[in-house]
Amino acid sequence: MNGVLSGQTALITGGSRGIGRAVVRRLARDGAAVAFSYRTREHLADQLVAELTEAGAWACAIRVDLADPAAVRGLFAAAEERLGGLDVLVNNAGETLVASITDSTEEDFDRLMAVNVKAAFFLIQEAARRMRRGGRIVNISSTNTVLHAPGIALYAASKAALEQFTLVAARELSLRRITVNTVSPGPVDTDMLRASQPVEALDMAAAMTPLRRLGQPADVADVVAFLVGPDARWLTGQNLRAAGGLA
Amino acid sequence: MSTAARIAVVTGGGRGIGAATAVRLAEDGHTVAVVDRDAEACADVAARIAAAGGRALGIAADVSDHGDVTAAVARIADELGPPVILVNNAGLTRDAPIEELTEDDWDQVMATNLRSAFLVTREVRPHLDRWGRIVNISSMAALGTRNQANYCAAKAGIQGLTKALALELGPEGITVNAVAPGYIATELTATNAANLGVSIDKLQRVVAAQTPLRRVGQPEDIACTVAFLVSEGAGFITGQVIAVSGGLMPG
Repeated sequence: MNGVLSGQTALITGGSRGIGRAVVRRLARDGAAVAFSYRTREHLADQLVAELTEAGAWACAIRVDLADPAAVRGLFAAAEERLGGLDVLVNNAGETLVASITDSTEEDFDRLMAVNVKAAFFLIQEAARRMRRGGRIVNISSTNTVLHAPGIALYAASKAALEQFTLVAARELSLRRITVNTVSPGPVDTDMLRASQPVEALDMAAAMTPLRRLGQPADVADVVAFLVGPDARWLTGQNLRAAGGLA
Repeated sequence: MSTAARIAVVTGGGRGIGAATAVRLAEDGHTVAVVDRDAEACADVAARIAAAGGRALGIAADVSDHGDVTAAVARIADELGPPVILVNNAGLTRDAPIEELTEDDWDQVMATNLRSAFLVTREVRPHLDRWGRIVNISSMAALGTRNQANYCAAKAGIQGLTKALALELGPEGITVNAVAPGYIATELTATNAANLGVSIDKLQRVVAAQTPLRRVGQPEDIACTVAFLVSEGAGFITGQVIAVSGGLMPG
């Protein structure tokens, strides 16, 4: 496909549904060859690969549980091998948890930190070592790092850690002209959100948002596409909040 | 990114970041009103855009003056159509240590950098009908720089204006964001070198060495972020201040 990302390659974690799926679609439409990871939804992953291949793009899905550190390194290597080198990494995969501090378990803590923090860190580390010069890294955070609510202690902490990786990695990886930025969506209308929030809470979130609606996956994907494209060449270490003004 | 052709206004469009932004928005297919108090400069930019096959109109106006703003926006609406993209870029510096800063230095900087954004936005507002994009050019100086108390205050004011208007205009489908450039090589920043008593080359070498991406910024680096913010793809971003600085942070 011809587009601003023609000739480039991208790895997106958590690409079978939600925001990740929209990012995979958008980067493929912009001409990138894409590899994406997924954990459980093989059917959705296969369907997406088929859809993109049909449209003339190059795409592959890699099944991996990001809670397994060895699998994380394996993912980067597999993507690099399939794509012949990497230009773009989007750390999108994330788990959510709404549980009070009183009710949160050690297993909750470990799982969330493993997927949202540790996996992202070691993918950034692999990218720092092996990504091509001039590459782009985008970390998907959340406005929950500034908009706090009961029940999100672990989730917000995991995303805050990711935002710190962006700030430091921007300064370290700039030596190889790799930019590192964060995109922070507010509530985005996905399966993950609908599974964790009652409908009334979603209505309230839309009403509180200055642009008066929930985010859509494409709202976030378009911002990611900007950050990995040529027009964002002078941005690094930034956090773009695509939240309709909620934060 | 998909861009519908629209009418855009760029204040301070005669040179530097404003000129680069006007050129880029025209390349994206928009019709651009290039507003500047230097009549020759805005006519030149409009002519350059036209020569490249774009549509532009140079308008000489002092955007810190209410009468000029009213006349300019009326003329834009008349000759081009309703302006729905506004880039409040006009700005100037009058640097001095606080004990030497005159009231005129203060007032001129506030008028051109901050009051202008208020006046032009108020005038353009009635033309925004359920869709609008406002991008205000702030500066990393909003976080504090030496001998620029007036400029820093005005650029911080721009950020407050941005956030207030994002809340106010969001329900109408209008996004309002600010871009905060770091060091950009322009005529405006060339005066910084003179004030510091160093050559432009020396200042730019020092800035580039401190910048993570290891060069100084160019006006086009800012223009392409503005182009994104006025595009359809940035439709869910509002109330944000985006530093476009090659990673450079003050302090």
